Amino acid sequence: MSTASSEISDSGTHAAASSPNEFLTFTLGDEEYGVDILKVQEIRGYDTVTRIPDAPDFIKGVINLRGTIVPVVDMRLKFKLGRAEYNEFTVMIILNVAHRVVGMVVDGVSDVLQLTPEQIRPAPEFGSGVNSKFITGIGALDNRMLILVDIEKLMTSADMALMDSSSQSLQ
Amino acid sequence: MAIDITRFHQTFFEESYEGLDAMEAALLRLTPASADAEAINGIFRAAHSIKGGAATFGFKAVADFTHLLETLLDEMRSGERETTPVEIDVLLRSVDVLRNLLNAARDGQNADAAVVGRLADELASVLHGGSTSPAAASAPPASAPASEGWRIRFEPKAQLFASGNDPVRILRELASLGPTTVRCDTAALPDLTDLNPEACYLAWDIELRGSCPRDAVMEVFAWVEDECHLMVAPLAPVAPAQPAAATATAPVPTPPPAPAPAAEPPKVVPLAAPAREAAAGDTRERRSEPPRGEGGSIRIATEKIDSLVNLVGELVITQAMLQQLASGLDPVQHEKLFAGLSQLDRNTRSLQEAVMSTRMLPVDFVFSRFPRMVRDLAAKLGKQVRLVTSGEQTEIDKSVIERIADPLTHLVRNAIDHGIEKPEQRVAAGKDATGTMRLSASHQGGHIVVEVADDGRGLDRGRILAKAAERGLPVAESMSDAEVWQLIFAPGFSTAAEVTDVSGRGVGMDVVKKNIEALNGAVDIASEAGKGMRVTIRLPLTLAILDGMSVAVADEIFILPLSSVVESLQPRPEQVKRIAQEGTVVRVRNEYLPLIDLREWFVLPGPKMAAHQSIVVIVEAEGKKVALQIDDLVGQQQVVIKSLETNYRRVRGISGATILGDGRVALIVDIGAVVRLLAHPANGVGIAA
Repeated sequence: MSTASSEISDSGTHAAASSPNEFLTFTLGDEEYGVDILKVQEIRGYDTVTRIPDAPDFIKGVINLRGTIVPVVDMRLKFKLGRAEYNEFTVMIILNVAHRVVGMVVDGVSDVLQLTPEQIRPAPEFGSGVNSKFITGIGALDNRMLILVDIEKLMTSADMALMDSSSQSLQ
Repeated sequence: MAIDITRFHQTFFEESYEGLDAMEAALLRLTPASADAEAINGIFRAAHSIKGGAATFGFKAVADFTHLLETLLDEMRSGERETTPVEIDVLLRSVDVLRNLLNAARDGQNADAAVVGRLADELASVLHGGSTSPAAASAPPASAPASEGWRIRFEPKAQLFASGNDPVRILRELASLGPTTVRCDTAALPDLTDLNPEACYLAWDIELRGSCPRDAVMEVFAWVEDECHLMVAPLAPVAPAQPAAATATAPVPTPPPAPAPAAEPPKVVPLAAPAREAAAGDTRERRSEPPRGEGGSIRIATEKIDSLVNLVGELVITQAMLQQLASGLDPVQHEKLFAGLSQLDRNTRSLQEAVMSTRMLPVDFVFSRFPRMVRDLAAKLGKQVRLVTSGEQTEIDKSVIERIADPLTHLVRNAIDHGIEKPEQRVAAGKDATGTMRLSASHQGGHIVVEVADDGRGLDRGRILAKAAERGLPVAESMSDAEVWQLIFAPGFSTAAEVTDVSGRGVGMDVVKKNIEALNGAVDIASEAGKGMRVTIRLPLTLAILDGMSVAVADEIFILPLSSVVESLQPRPEQVKRIAQEGTVVRVRNEYLPLIDLREWFVLPGPKMAAHQSIVVIVEAEGKKVALQIDDLVGQQQVVIKSLETNYRRVRGISGATILGDGRVALIVDIGAVVRLLAHPANGVGIAA
């Protein structure tokens, strides 16, 4: 299992043929994304968040996740995809990245998919909502096209404003 | 089976550092007048165990150096050498060298051989050329080897084997000193059915013939001296040999020596004897630590305690949540549930207190470093300083202790360098030539107050103002003393006419303040020209829990640290004044305080309300008061502080977060930061649009 996680962070395209990677897929607007399942801690509904001063609008605030304070990012606001509505169907993926816990609000969670290395193509230079430097590849499965995101790199990047600049340099 | 010895290194170093601290403290107490056998013995024991450990683990440099130290100490405690300031000084410096050696050994580096060598030479020269006291020189060498040999009664305690000691090894070593006759005493051996194979029931009477020194005999028992009753008596028929031999052959020498010193056979060494007055004449005896008794202690990794503290924090939150849920129920119908809940409440509180108290350490852990520092600094600066400490037993959270050590060091250093005058100046000013530094700690409410006071020249108001103006700080002659004293906390501020290597480089006071405030504490200065100054540090007892006032703003709850809340009030419309361009002020009695609407400050939704329709809380930090406009006061409660930085980042104006009884997160307002941000509005906070 650990090999799977390291492969996705180096390059999804050179994964060993025998060990398929598992991805959790979610939607933002019309686009379908996939993240390494090993980075996902849990999926839960959207709670009331406590707003944080001095934060960009896509950081909705913090929640109490069984005693830990966890920041929540709305990816729909961050990437200007879909409409940021909050109701009983709004879901949040709790991620475990770089020894931190982060909540990520998305339009919807679809399923968990296994992709063989042959099904993962290198990422073309194209305009998706997410900056291409965080995209590790494109997963092709039947008619679906998954944008595979290096969620750890994305969440620890400076433009997510989730970390102090000092701790970013350590990552 | 190979044992990885390196895993014991950590413990060795911890114990050695503790031993060094103890040595240092004892040396500082030591004066030629007070140099009794007991004091020197304490120092000797510490050195001895460091030497033993170092030799076991193969830290040769440490062991060799300690050996020299030990030799000197041994001469001192045997009375062969008088204790003079020369010895104390060289011993103190040896402690430093030893600490460096230990650091080097721990980090796997080489210590500065030159420094070590120099001090080793110095030690050696003191040892050989040394100031041997006339008494010892003229006295027939009490320590001279007894020519006939020794009669030894070795009676190990039952748990001897548990510490890995083997009597056979000891006997074999004794045999290497000279011909021995060993008789085994099996009187204590129980029946086979009652025999515990892991306990030692045997005792030995040994006659060692030969002219080995007594120290050599004692050395053999060095590792087991706490775990046995040991008697060593000379075989030589010297005058009082009769009682000695009697005691030595008595089957059980456990009873403590008779209180009358006359009845005590000279040169008999009851190792496990309970504490008794050190007989002035007989400096030969060795005594083990007083029995450990019930007050035992264990070493626990801090992380384990921290996780315990965290878990209890969770429990407190869960308990509050249950209480809140139950409050909606009918108390008559659910009487038992309510009884159970209130019991849970009590138990949780006591558990919390008990767990918190495990993190508490006496403030002495910091204070104990100052006698040495004051002594060295005063000597260096040609000043006379007396250090008076009080309240060393005041307990405070370990993490707080660790983080006040540096600020306190700065303050003490500053006080000696700048505050206390040279003896001649003091005399000219009609003061005692010796300056007094006072360090005190005490509990005041939920806080601990540490004071650093000196009776030196005090702060120079004029000079501070001039210096501040020079540095472009906003100053005015009309400023109150308290405001002027706050100026010295500005970064890079120093009024020292010249830079010494002790202080005056302008780093310090701002760091002191920053460190203290990071602990949710506050620093205050009182000073009187010519009389001295006093720095008062107020600190929370613990960093994990905060007494807070919860206030509502829009639909959020914020926690204000109760320690900084002065009062709350509902202002009348005429109390609130708007000053063009400057914002709003509220007049409370005769003070005009800047008014901050927390709703605007944190950019929260909802209509802006007039100040006289809402509530204003006056808070104070860094000597400045500010009025915060809020919607409502919710309550007062202890909150468990959670870090925002674990999963997020630092937020300006917020010191942390907590979880409320209903499971929601509330942010804790950092009053100090709000005050600072108010002074520099360019860095203002706000949720970005």
